[in-house]
Amino acid sequence: MSYLYYPGCSLKSTGIGYEESILQVFKTLHTPLEELDDWNCCGATAYMAVDELKAYALASRNLALAEKQCPDDPVVDVVAPCAACFLVLYKTQQYLAKKNGKDLQIKQALKDVGLPYKGKVRIRHPLDVLLNDIGLEKIKNHVKQPLKGLRVASYYGCQMLRPYATFDNPDNPQSMDQLIEAMGGEVIDWPLKTRCCGASLTGTVEEVGLRLSYILLKEAENRGADVIATACPLCQFNLECYQDRMSQLYHDKVNMPVVYFSQLMGMAFGSTQKDLGLQRLFVPLEPALAAK
Amino acid sequence: MIAFDYNTATPRIGVYICHCGINIAGKVKVDEVAAFAKTLPHVVKSCDYKFMCSDPGQELIQQDIRELGLNRVVVASCSPLLHEPTFRKACADAGLNPFFFQMANIREHVSWVTPDKEAGTEKAKALVAAAVERVQHNRPLEKKQVPVNANAMVVGGGIAGIHAALTLANSGKHVYLVEREPTIGGHMAMFDKTFPTLDCAACILTPKMSDVKNHPNITLWSYSEVEQVEGYAGNFKVKVKRKPRYINEESCVGCLECVDACVFKTPRFDNEFDLGLKKRKPVYMPFPQATPTVVTVDPKTCLQLSKGKCAQKCAEVCPKDCFDFTQTETYEDVDVGAIILATGFQVFDGKRIPKYGYGKYENVYSSLEVERLVNASGPTQGELVLKNGEKPKSVAIIHCVGSRDHKTNKYCSRVCCMYSLKLAHLIKERTEAEIYNFYIDMRTPGKGYEEFYDRLLEEGVHFIRGRVAEVSDWAMTPEEKGKLIIRAEDTLIGMPRRIPVDMVVLSVGLEAHKDADEVRRKFNISCSHEGWFHERHPKLAPVSTATDGIFLAGACQGPKDIPDTVAQAGAAAAEAMAMIDKGVVELEPNTAYIDEELCCGCRTCVGMCPYSAIKADEALGIAVLNEALCKGCGTCVAACPSGAAQQNMFTDQQIFEELVGVLNYV
Repeated sequence: MSYLYYPGCSLKSTGIGYEESILQVFKTLHTPLEELDDWNCCGATAYMAVDELKAYALASRNLALAEKQCPDDPVVDVVAPCAACFLVLYKTQQYLAKKNGKDLQIKQALKDVGLPYKGKVRIRHPLDVLLNDIGLEKIKNHVKQPLKGLRVASYYGCQMLRPYATFDNPDNPQSMDQLIEAMGGEVIDWPLKTRCCGASLTGTVEEVGLRLSYILLKEAENRGADVIATACPLCQFNLECYQDRMSQLYHDKVNMPVVYFSQLMGMAFGSTQKDLGLQRLFVPLEPALAAK
Repeated sequence: MIAFDYNTATPRIGVYICHCGINIAGKVKVDEVAAFAKTLPHVVKSCDYKFMCSDPGQELIQQDIRELGLNRVVVASCSPLLHEPTFRKACADAGLNPFFFQMANIREHVSWVTPDKEAGTEKAKALVAAAVERVQHNRPLEKKQVPVNANAMVVGGGIAGIHAALTLANSGKHVYLVEREPTIGGHMAMFDKTFPTLDCAACILTPKMSDVKNHPNITLWSYSEVEQVEGYAGNFKVKVKRKPRYINEESCVGCLECVDACVFKTPRFDNEFDLGLKKRKPVYMPFPQATPTVVTVDPKTCLQLSKGKCAQKCAEVCPKDCFDFTQTETYEDVDVGAIILATGFQVFDGKRIPKYGYGKYENVYSSLEVERLVNASGPTQGELVLKNGEKPKSVAIIHCVGSRDHKTNKYCSRVCCMYSLKLAHLIKERTEAEIYNFYIDMRTPGKGYEEFYDRLLEEGVHFIRGRVAEVSDWAMTPEEKGKLIIRAEDTLIGMPRRIPVDMVVLSVGLEAHKDADEVRRKFNISCSHEGWFHERHPKLAPVSTATDGIFLAGACQGPKDIPDTVAQAGAAAAEAMAMIDKGVVELEPNTAYIDEELCCGCRTCVGMCPYSAIKADEALGIAVLNEALCKGCGTCVAACPSGAAQQNMFTDQQIFEELVGVLNYV
């Protein structure tokens, strides 16, 4: 079984470490991800609010491209690691499956540009594929350097499981916890797993956005976490890149490494720092590791 | 009775199209359907009328039977479940055999499910055409009358079952009361006080429990379950499984010397009655007023029964020699005329909503657990304390946990607002804690209920309108450290709030028992998708079921408080009595019969019949059917390769003609 990979804009820019580590992890597990040819912007959550039909049409083009790239597969699995891409593409796939008239309009538009869409695409999150397709047992077999003693706060963010809880419990998600434990890491108990990181507010109403991120970082620190693991490029960016400003603003030194769960997996698999994009971190992970 | 030879007499059919107000007329052009029916062969009269089930409607049919000499009647209206008996009776009263009546359902099957009036009218015409074809091939039948067994069975020994059993027993009927647990009393026995009067639950319940035990007309089978139900209204045959107690129930007097002597010196197993908050030994009585007042040995934890090795100190000290470790399940077979189901409910499991922390934080309790904690005979003798033994200074009560929630149960559980108020009062009385009720809407309709709510407001209990988002141990300030933090939107001030408390009570909703579906199959009744047993009619037959002779009482039919439960139990008992005292029941003549000319004696039907109603006659070489045993299931009819097995009211010819009616039209 092969998977198509939809990077989206973040994984090619601010979240490039996510791309590098995801591709490396799947390579290690002998489940290569093949990038979707000619993919375009998913529209993110913003475009939906501006013009719904055009937003769906924009995202739909990616689904049609996926079918075109795998013409013989009865089901085409598209892996979207970015939480926003995952949400928008999943929502679009559901929208096209519902026979509400609008779907025909979009399908006709796609057909007119030579991209007929039959509805064979499934949008998957990498956590779902890792746990449910590949399985913990197989993953464990690849662990070479267990994350022994590393205390991890697994942070899922708001979009990955809401409103579509396709593969985990939206109130108390477990999938990332299970993976981290399989890597030999220790998952801390904290109730903020799905609490908002501030999302785009950090760019618009900065004081609100920063405060929300600060709450998460502080609580993880209070509960003894060495590192926060995320599965969303915006969460990672918000939590990691503004720690200096938070320290100033709240007169409280904030210093918490924030990594992608896939980077932790890659470390346990024995991949190099560079293969996993770890050298790109602003808050380095080494001190936490050195203390173990 | 109008006499005519139905084999040769020309059918004279009357067709009546009911408007049912606008229920039907809103989506079906009734005048057009009536005009269409007039064009069908043998239809002598066809008309539409506002309410066919009304007196003038029925009179219309009867007048036409008398004056126009109708010998077949078709009414197109609602479901036969609702008014077939009405119209059959109208025909019979006018002298026509009631089985020459045929009903077409153009309400549930057409107007209520068809948005388009044109389409609705077309479908109504097709169904009327089918009924007109079929009615010509109906046969005159007679209803059989059979005597009713005067005994009754009540299943479930909570307050509903207890009240129904006592009512029946007081009227002179013998009642078999079957309870699955070792004691009767149900949920009510677990409560400390009852709303809104705050009278002690035990004080009003335990006298009734002992009345049950001592009543000469009641046979109490506790620790027992109904295994199988056969027969029909008036003549049910019930098999009851009696689980082994490993104690001779007749001689045990509940002295509890065996409990003291048990080789387990301290109680260490969860007492189910106290929801595990109190421990028990393998030999135990759930609570001091348990009825019957006998001990039970739990085979899972008793060393003798689970490991086959024990000093058996219990049996040694028993002054009446009650112990018998060789006991096995036994079965009782009884005949009863009526059955009342009063199997109650289970509470919602708080773990299903992880964000409220039940099972994760030790001071998050379910409301039923708190009922035990505030109970004087409960695990803490009525002291409400935290796990560390201290009294809580602040308590949050979260309403609607597992109710009014699209993710769990959509319905309102009806009792939670009131019991939350009661618990708030009891907790405040015992601890003087600040109490915060988080509610969506306060629902307090009932005698004295709103007044009770007022009283709580006066007592200074806080009410915050908003569904709680989460319960966590996430402290943001030093004052919040070590507390449970409630986060909720206060919708009255339009602000999110954080309230730190010591204890959280989840007002869990009521659910149907997890095996409700299995139980309702046993008794051949239906239930809603949530598992609540269906009453025959929500307004006019609230304690009857679609199966004659089976009645409902209490929360097995839907969430209900104690006053409503008792009222319903009384109603169920009265309905059962009315049926029993009538002395006879009429049976639908829908039994099968074997056409001797066609039967080739292949015996296919003999093996298929689930009621052993068919025997092979060796001498004649054909199958012979015993009508008294036949239940009209139709299995033999479907199986018969030669078409010799037929069923009254559902002959092949009748069904084919009905199809012809539809197909001719479309």
